[in-house]
Amino acid sequence: MVISVWWTRRSFLNLLLYTSGFVPACWSFWLGVHDKLGPDPVRSFEHILGLWAFRFLLASLAITPLRIVSGVNLTGYRRAVGLLAFAYVVMHVAAYIALDLRFDFVTLYRDITRRPFLIFGMAAFLCLVPLAVTSNRLSIRKLGRNWRYLHRLVYVALIAASIHFLMAFKTWHVNAIFYVLFGIGLLSVRGINFLWGKRVHRRIYAE
Amino acid sequence: AAGLQTSPGPFGTTERPTPREDITHYNNFYEFGLDKSDPARLSGSFHARPWTLRIDGAVAKPITIDVDQQITAHKIENRIYRMRCVEAWSMVIPWDGIPLAEILRKAEPLGSAKFVAFRSVMRPDEMPGQKDSFGNIAWPYVEGLRLDEAMNPLTLLAAGLYGEILPNQNGAPLRLVVPWKYGFKGIKSLTTISLLETMPPTSWNRLAPDEYGFYANVNPDVDHPRWSQASERVIGSGGFFGEKRQPTRMFNGYGEQVAGLYAGMDLRKYY
Repeated sequence: MVISVWWTRRSFLNLLLYTSGFVPACWSFWLGVHDKLGPDPVRSFEHILGLWAFRFLLASLAITPLRIVSGVNLTGYRRAVGLLAFAYVVMHVAAYIALDLRFDFVTLYRDITRRPFLIFGMAAFLCLVPLAVTSNRLSIRKLGRNWRYLHRLVYVALIAASIHFLMAFKTWHVNAIFYVLFGIGLLSVRGINFLWGKRVHRRIYAE
Repeated sequence: AAGLQTSPGPFGTTERPTPREDITHYNNFYEFGLDKSDPARLSGSFHARPWTLRIDGAVAKPITIDVDQQITAHKIENRIYRMRCVEAWSMVIPWDGIPLAEILRKAEPLGSAKFVAFRSVMRPDEMPGQKDSFGNIAWPYVEGLRLDEAMNPLTLLAAGLYGEILPNQNGAPLRLVVPWKYGFKGIKSLTTISLLETMPPTSWNRLAPDEYGFYANVNPDVDHPRWSQASERVIGSGGFFGEKRQPTRMFNGYGEQVAGLYAGMDLRKYY
């Protein structure tokens, strides 16, 4: 009985997360349609989507460090946050191709094969595709241990996305640096925990 | 802003001018901040008046010009120019100003002068972007042209926009407009022009020499390392779904006037 109530609360919060997660995208889309996103609405929309994609990616990667540091366990919401990050990446790429390039696939091909800025961005996107596709119970069951190995791709995605983010500005941009440092911080907590765990492990064996 | 006395100038275009609201609220003016909305927001306490422009270096008669007494008080030309930013967007701007050549001749350049160096203003108290220069441009902003580029009839010193004196965020009180080059060549809030025998340093070239050259001519065939220069987004072309993307033209469409300046030069090398 207790378990089923708790389960209900979690799924309710997940539902809330999914719906509220799309508010920034819907709101800025509405602003864009009504020409309230400034003189360069398409570029602003692209940037807003990219920024939220990066925020959700960081949030999904913050859940384990949060548990390590504070003991608060939000693992049950990681899938929702991760899928939101992916949804924003998809919208970011779609806005670039549909609204910015206007389906000019010749330019698209030239850009993503030649320009590091876009190559890193696309690499981050491609890394996230298999993760999103396997974010369901069936895949977790089928892939077993390989699922965990596969999902380590998220670190590659974060690094590629960070480089893409920093390269989006002509000079060093304080906001971008802040976000990237936050990501490095999250990875460091995991790294330190991993090394610390190993040492503990070794000590136990030595004894 | 105060109105200006203008008369129609040459080199007009048939393209529709970008709305004033967009020209004055979408600016790259890093002295006021990195975001394009920063200059309109943060340039309110900038004092563009009184202002003098100094012309010195390899000239027979170094001069100091009072902008209001010697430029804006007189009849100035209205010139509708295309503006192409290195970031692959463009506008059409109705500038009001005088040909740079007219001002330079007053100082009587010497035969030895080959280049023209431009220097902007340094006022960290009035320009928040100059306080924090981490990873940014070394202030003050500097630019340069070859003397023949500076003397070309297209090269304009703008003192106004849409018939009114230049707003602070657009480079008040006086800025350079070189319509066949990327927008960053158009140095704003100009204080000093020096004629030189050697090529002067330029701000963006110093920061990232592989991305920004001295010449910076608009050229759809030479890409920026981070993006293609083959096409451009037209700012203010009407919202989300009305946004226009158009092919970029060699020398921004001013080849007839300026292609001769670069005859025999490899524009891939001298980008």
